[in-house]
Amino acid sequence: MAKVKGDIIIDIEKCKGCELCATACPQDSLELSRKINSKGYHYIVKIEDNCTGCTNCALVCPDGIIKVYRKTEKKKEHVATIQNVTGDITVTVNS
Amino acid sequence: MNEKTMTVEEAQHFEQILREESICTNENLVFEVPDTLTDNTMHYCPGCGHGVAHRIIAEVIDELDIQKDTIGVAPVGCSVLAYNYLNIDMSGAAHGRAAAVATGIKRVLPDKYVFSYQGDGDLAAIGTGETIHTCNRGENILIIFINNGIYGMTGGQMAPTTLVGMKSTTSPFGRDVETMGAPLKITELIAQLPGTYYVTRTAVNSPNNVRKAKAAIKKSFEYQKLNKGLCFVEIVTNCPSNWKMTPLESNKWLEENMLPFYPLGDIKKPSN
Ligand SMILES: Cc1ncc(C[n+]2csc(CCOP(=O)(O)OP(=O)(O)O)c2C)c(N)n1
Ligand code: SF4
Ligand code: SF4
Ligand code: SF4
Ligand SMILES: [Mg+2]
Repeated sequence: MAKVKGDIIIDIEKCKGCELCATACPQDSLELSRKINSKGYHYIVKIEDNCTGCTNCALVCPDGIIKVYRKTEKKKEHVATIQNVTGDITVTVNS
Repeated sequence: MNEKTMTVEEAQHFEQILREESICTNENLVFEVPDTLTDNTMHYCPGCGHGVAHRIIAEVIDELDIQKDTIGVAPVGCSVLAYNYLNIDMSGAAHGRAAAVATGIKRVLPDKYVFSYQGDGDLAAIGTGETIHTCNRGENILIIFINNGIYGMTGGQMAPTTLVGMKSTTSPFGRDVETMGAPLKITELIAQLPGTYYVTRTAVNSPNNVRKAKAAIKKSFEYQKLNKGLCFVEIVTNCPSNWKMTPLESNKWLEENMLPFYPLGDIKKPSN
């Protein structure tokens, strides 16, 4: 099955830490940072890599500072697994 | 098949690329900040619905490609500086008079898309006369009515729309109907007037409500192009600062208290 992957970019300098985006996120991907921006607000950061690109956060954000990306990925062929590498290894690449 | 030998560093780099391929590229962009919204940081309090209302207006203007042909009228109230955020021609108006100013602009420039943006104190208290007569004349404009049940800008005085029992600086024990009257449903009132064409109530407290509010604004501009007459879109919003709540609490309070009294949906649907 095709997998939907999303991502967002937040303009953290303009974020006011209202948390409306975090509450609207069905994936619980967002949380207030412990850090603050130059205005003194705790800003929102993505804490999970499970965003689906649903746009909920951007729709409710009063400050218009969220861009949303979404990609439907075709199931990837298994390319390589690399574990416990200690020396040079050989990788076979389909071409 | 061809074989390739990598060093440890190359292999680790390769693995990282496989894992972290960013999808943040233009072809995957599904929600962008509208062009018609300027880069200025809004002066509104954290979580204030005015910001969402501005953004959806900007989105509609972008989608209809009418940035050069749209003129807005800003009120007196927290959104008095709306022209700092909407990159279109705008005019200010004396408190409550935005619908009258919008009338003048539209009559002189009938090919422009004209809207007023007004709070509940502006539209339903000091501007009641202008609001009712503009609606009654059926001016071919859009009135966007931001109902947060309070005078936000001046520090939380009671508005005509303040709910029964709701505390404000001028109703410190809660709104009392006997002495202060019942909350004014001005949207239902103007829907009775033959001059109004499309009258609806929306909110911006959830993703779905934001979508519906945006659709109502878009429809109104489309009606205006067809010279259908006055469209009126109420947006029920919050005022976390003067409701003395966090943004999250204010949205919950809005849902539990404002929306039962101000139910969402079309109040006057176009007949055709
Ligand atoms: C003629 C006049 N009277 C009173 C005021 C004071 N005043 C400024 S904003 C406002 C009410 C604003 O409330 P609302 O329209 O609900 O806007 P909000 O700030 O809540 O968005 C008042 C009474 C004024 N500026 N001018
Ligand atoms: S786009 Fe959807 S899933 Fe991704 S962070 Fe925003 S609300 Fe959450
Ligand atoms: S909704 Fe917008 S302003 Fe509020 S916390 Fe999220 S990103 Fe920041
Ligand atoms: S006072 Fe209320 S209406 Fe005004 S910006 Fe603050 S939250 Fe918004
Ligand atoms: Mg108000």
